[in-house]
Amino acid sequence: MNDNLYTTLNLGPTHPATHGIFQNVLTLDGEKIIDTEQTIGYIHRAFEKIAEHRPFYQVTTLTDRMNYCSSPINNIGWHMAVEKLLGIKTTKRVDYMRIILMELARITDHLVCNSIIGVDSGALTGFIYVFQEREKVYEIYELLCGARLTTNVGRIGGFERDFSPEVIKRIYEFLNHLPKVLRQFEKLLLRNRIFMDRTIKVGPISAERAQNYGFSGPNLRAAGVDYDVRVTSPYSSYDDFDFTIPVGTQGDTYDRFCVRQEEVWQSLKLIRNALDNLPEGKYFVDVPGFYLPPKEDVYNKMEALIWHFKIVMGEIGAPVGEIYHSVEAANGELGFYLVSDGGRTPYRLHFRRPCFIYYQALPEMVKGGVLSDAILTMSSMNVIAGELDG
Amino acid sequence: MDNAFITGKLKTRFTEDILSVDEKGDMLTVTVNRKVIHEVIRFLKENESLGFTFLTTLCGIHYPEQELQLGVVYHLHRFSENTRILVKTFIPLDNPVVPTVTDVFSAANWMERETFDFYGIIFEGHPNLKRILNVEYLDYFPLRKEYPLEDPTREDKDNRFFGR
Repeated sequence: MNDNLYTTLNLGPTHPATHGIFQNVLTLDGEKIIDTEQTIGYIHRAFEKIAEHRPFYQVTTLTDRMNYCSSPINNIGWHMAVEKLLGIKTTKRVDYMRIILMELARITDHLVCNSIIGVDSGALTGFIYVFQEREKVYEIYELLCGARLTTNVGRIGGFERDFSPEVIKRIYEFLNHLPKVLRQFEKLLLRNRIFMDRTIKVGPISAERAQNYGFSGPNLRAAGVDYDVRVTSPYSSYDDFDFTIPVGTQGDTYDRFCVRQEEVWQSLKLIRNALDNLPEGKYFVDVPGFYLPPKEDVYNKMEALIWHFKIVMGEIGAPVGEIYHSVEAANGELGFYLVSDGGRTPYRLHFRRPCFIYYQALPEMVKGGVLSDAILTMSSMNVIAGELDG
Repeated sequence: MDNAFITGKLKTRFTEDILSVDEKGDMLTVTVNRKVIHEVIRFLKENESLGFTFLTTLCGIHYPEQELQLGVVYHLHRFSENTRILVKTFIPLDNPVVPTVTDVFSAANWMERETFDFYGIIFEGHPNLKRILNVEYLDYFPLRKEYPLEDPTREDKDNRFFGR
């Protein structure tokens, strides 16, 4: 066939429909996609290299900037990885607080992704409904740690402060209000004929191919594989809770949408359970050399001041070891492969970034489809540029 | 399926090419000879009693003081029994070539490109081995230990004051 008959279209790097900075060079036959070539790396910041030069607690700020739609999960995942290396067991209260925060983050991430699928298929309204709710979660983050997007929340060993009564009140308000909005949102899209026609059988992938491509998270579950890190290797006391893992059958855009939507409902249930049963106890465990002493002591006690200084300067070495810790982030299995040689910084830190791994399947998923479907497939995969480029 | 079963299977199949087995960490770690790495990965995936059908991740590592300086680490996962295994292979700096596993796992495609980009490890038989995150004209491999994080010609910062 003559190549000259095809059109080449550059989708990105800064195209509103890519929702992030990455480029797709599409070869089109009319509207039909013949081939796709992806270029990524536009916001590569060499986190793995930087991490080799930073004390453990300073790596947290790097994890924020990976999946910035749900940074608390990344922060807490990293803290748990370091705790695993140090051999520390946290209190139940810390675990439950972490679950609450991680599930809030998962909700915001899924709300963004699903409402964007709506936007890309021409339904802007739902997006505006749920973004108001996301804002409420960001206000909770703000109360808890002062930041909204790049939260840097929590510490190695627990949290920097306890949930205040105001935070708890706000979370309950959110839990009570979100279902109403979510139902409105689902009414707009879930059984909407236009939306269903636009998403069913669009960008499908089989369970076998999805596994071969290293899919994880909602994308893998939409293809029919019930793999969830929270269940298979429970961390942070997830095994105390009863929740359902939604699974799709077709692995298409509609299934990915439905799986995420159901996960939001499950997360709401989880948060309510954790908050109702929030155990008494300390909101941190004292990790000598990693968890900062109370400010009061730093001002008044010599020893606390010395520890404070040593921790802030990152002078304490971690034990020699090699661990892999993974958490179920909003878009898949976020893994930390950490090699420590006993130094003050990681010897090697590799992030298993879920989007980086599953985004490479896009050409296979959109081949033979039309251009407008490719956009929907991309947004339903929930590719976050920060995590993609690392 | 316990570690002894997996190592037993591997040792009967690959005998002395399995260089070491380490169970001290949180995962079974097997170091294998470079020339069998492709076969080991394929065996772990396709052998019915093993069935590690998920390549969790793949990355490079650099130990400048070792004779075989560069390493490639493969994380494999078997969902049904939640077993993870780490397979490592080490290669010399002057001949950093390992066979690709893209024909076994499609996921390895970008992971290998990333490892090439960071460490200069050449994956023989890879369909499209070029840099993925860095610009193509970069003339070094940034994650190797000899490359400093900051521009070494900078004079405005004294590392002694930063605990380095």
